Amino acid sequence: MSDASLPQFNIQIGNDLTWNVQPILHEIRHALRKLLETGESSIIDLRSIPLAPGEEETIIDTLGCGEVHAKLNALGPSEIYETRFTGVWLITHFNEESSIIGRFIEITRFPDILKSQHEDMTIALDQLEQELEHASLSDQNETEAETNT
Amino acid sequence: MTNDLSRKDKTLGETLRSQGISRRSFLKFCAATASMMALPPSMIPTIANALEKARRPSVIWLSFQECTGCTESLTRAHTATVESLIFDSISLDYHHTLQAAAGHAAEAAREAAMEENNGKYLLVVDGSIPLDNPGYSTIAGISNYDMLMDTARGAAAIISVGTCAAFGGIPHAKPNPTGAVSVSDIIKDKPIINVPGCPPIPVVITGVLTHFLTFGTIPELDNLGRPKTFYGQSIHDRCYRRPFYDKGLFAETFDDEGARLGWCLYKLGCKGPTSYNACATTKWNGGVSFPIEAGHPCLGCSEPDFWDGGGFYKAISMPTENITKTTIYAAAAGVAVGVAVGATGRMKKASASKAHQKVTIDDLEK
Repeated sequence: MSDASLPQFNIQIGNDLTWNVQPILHEIRHALRKLLETGESSIIDLRSIPLAPGEEETIIDTLGCGEVHAKLNALGPSEIYETRFTGVWLITHFNEESSIIGRFIEITRFPDILKSQHEDMTIALDQLEQELEHASLSDQNETEAETNT
Repeated sequence: MTNDLSRKDKTLGETLRSQGISRRSFLKFCAATASMMALPPSMIPTIANALEKARRPSVIWLSFQECTGCTESLTRAHTATVESLIFDSISLDYHHTLQAAAGHAAEAAREAAMEENNGKYLLVVDGSIPLDNPGYSTIAGISNYDMLMDTARGAAAIISVGTCAAFGGIPHAKPNPTGAVSVSDIIKDKPIINVPGCPPIPVVITGVLTHFLTFGTIPELDNLGRPKTFYGQSIHDRCYRRPFYDKGLFAETFDDEGARLGWCLYKLGCKGPTSYNACATTKWNGGVSFPIEAGHPCLGCSEPDFWDGGGFYKAISMPTENITKTTIYAAAAGVAVGVAVGATGRMKKASASKAHQKVTIDDLEK
């Protein structure tokens, strides 16, 4: 089938369609001001807003990329980066099949999900102590074995 | 069995940690869950706190007069990891399509789960219940009606998944040869959550399960027993093509210029103005698209009697004057036409429902 035989759609993209691009950008502006003045963070769930094809991309393109870019590997990948507007972060969660399961704009100094979590650090400390104890016992056993020989 | 019991005693947080799932992964899961349940992101810490302490509820799933589309929808849910986590956090004790056991062993599993969790288990039903002749649909020789009554007795709440269980659905459509009714037509003394759709959106099914798991309560419901979170707004109000409606720009046929330009499908029979569901925001196939985005009018499958609504490709209400002129006035008046059209559509459905006549097999053979 040639491309010419396929129906050609020209769905209009832009602010005239759902009018949600500009309001979201202004919501981000208000949230950034609130962060500066009160220290309070905000989150916008992009998946809860009706957006026409291409409008989410318009918002993301407008925000651009800033200095920080992080990748998580937790129940599938996540991509987190600070946009060119400092304090405005774009967080995209994927599942293990690389489908997007959540996309948020977080207006914060540092997204919570990037911070080391208390519960994980507790488990990590236990694990480190066990490994060091195991290593220490192994060293001790080896020393004793060498002494005996 | 011992492992099963000890697993049931664990909280979800303990279960996840024992599977090596980090707190950070759990927070990601909670963020996706909040988004899925259409809750504000500010609720993520609350969800995390509640899910951390949640214990696995027993779930019994009964399938009556149905096509298995609802189960297909749920098991094809796009958020595989998140869905599997939700499944891990419930104990699905009976589901005759998914369970390995069959015959007496399957029924024994249902009875054991009912006895062990009396008053606490969740009952999920898909499919309508035939009342004309119990023999129209049976499981293990038990009529759908008897099985529903028996299993509902000890349930904490009932979730009617799909339009058939919620409103009778396609089996209930004219001439309703089996005398099909919905769960709420029969059960009057239990909380019932209707999750209609043909099929329902997968994340809407899991969203309701997760809400119960998270908060231990049923979500706020509309007048048809549907969770307002997902069914609180019409497809039309959340549709990205709505601005074309407001401007009076409509596709007149499926291949005209308006259709190519993505204009409103109202004149092609779109039931968006009278249909309440989350398709326009949650979308289907991993958030890729939904019928209107693919160029097809909404069928209104989450509404009662959608099959008898007067034709999928017939506009729910044709305007009496030039539509462009009408909608210009409507836009100025705060899109009142949308409301009026919705009301007219509902009246039309109500009259269709009133005109609904039951036809017997004898009538069909005349």
